[in-house]
Amino acid sequence: MTNEIHRMVFSESMKLADLIDVNFKLLNVLSRLGISLGFGENTIREMCDRQGIDLNSFLLICNVYTYDGYVPSADLLAAADAGTIVDYLHNSHAFYLDRELAALESNLSLMVEPCDELQKKIVGKFFASYKAQVKRHFNYEESVVFPYVRALKTGECQEGYSIEQFEENHSNIDETLNDLKNIVMKYLPDTCDTVVRNEVLYRIYRLEEDLLKHTIIEDTVLIPVVNRMETL
Amino acid sequence: MKSAYKKVLLIIPSKVLARGVEAVLAELGEFRVEGILSDLSHASEVRLRNMDADVIIVDPVVFDYVSRMNVRARLSEYSSAAVVALLTMAMDGEQLKQYDGTIGMYDEPVSMVRKLRESISSREEAADSEGPDLSQREKEILVCVAKGMLNKEIADFYNISIHTVITHRKNITRKTGIKTVAGLTVYALLNNLIDSGSIEL
Repeated sequence: MTNEIHRMVFSESMKLADLIDVNFKLLNVLSRLGISLGFGENTIREMCDRQGIDLNSFLLICNVYTYDGYVPSADLLAAADAGTIVDYLHNSHAFYLDRELAALESNLSLMVEPCDELQKKIVGKFFASYKAQVKRHFNYEESVVFPYVRALKTGECQEGYSIEQFEENHSNIDETLNDLKNIVMKYLPDTCDTVVRNEVLYRIYRLEEDLLKHTIIEDTVLIPVVNRMETL
Repeated sequence: MKSAYKKVLLIIPSKVLARGVEAVLAELGEFRVEGILSDLSHASEVRLRNMDADVIIVDPVVFDYVSRMNVRARLSEYSSAAVVALLTMAMDGEQLKQYDGTIGMYDEPVSMVRKLRESISSREEAADSEGPDLSQREKEILVCVAKGMLNKEIADFYNISIHTVITHRKNITRKTGIKTVAGLTVYALLNNLIDSGSIEL
């Protein structure tokens, strides 16, 4: 199994176009890393050099994002750049809030259009509380965790905080999104248009998967990389 | 429709043991192993929920020491099957009480089958609400939850134990797929179990 995974992982000489062909969900990852489309025949290395993106961090993120159960080697983690990873996570937060949740919200209101006022209100309120929950969670990372990592990178020693305290708890957010999925799928009145409802579900499933990968990148990349910096 | 045999799901990390149990049961008919999980990852949970097993045989080593007390509760979130422990190590008697039965690695195949049969009937007696829809009592509890009552308050209100309230809540979550209080409130409202006047909107 381990060997199989090693054979599959992406390498720096791969063309970006092939990378996307292997896993089209990396399209979002590329844009969060600051790479736009139109990359022609460029390889991963060429693009990273040109854009000033840390190559090892790029590979780490793409591999973890694509292969379930992929555990980065100690060498790769040692070579990764905490700043790039934090930038990626920060851009992802912005993407979720400004794009994904906004789009989901407008899909949802289109979906409940045929429902009665009360039902609209119920669904609207549930989504608003989910969004607030997500924002709270992101805010903590943006205001505590990321500044800490950036400061650590510039050699500033910070007393009183360590990445150990970054006790990851996405579970509440996951549960609420999962509830929304069940409500949309099973319990809304059948006056709602099926096609619109399907769109909402596709969006929820994609977001769910994307958020899961986000958590995995925090847990298997950010935390070990920062742990290592702390002990240096 | 009742199938001719009982479906068994194994949650056993050891392949040797899992294949062994499968083979022993296959020889005797009546019980058939339909799935083998080696852990309780997310993917396993989905399978667990959808397999519709009659009995789950679990090796308690899957759970760490602390969560070993709550195996039954954890599994009942996903499945209404009888849960039988496969004794692969010495275990605290208290921890064994939660199971519908136990089997040992040295059991004769015939007595193993008998124990599985007993566990299913003891499970059926214990379960009062196994339909896919919420029972009347579950609906009542759901309404309390939606109104923001705590488990303790619900227990006092209906004069039942907190443990019973928790069991009801687990069954509600298993049947609806909804875990959070906010989600349960939406469910209750959409299904007209409560009117909007009784909660803040």
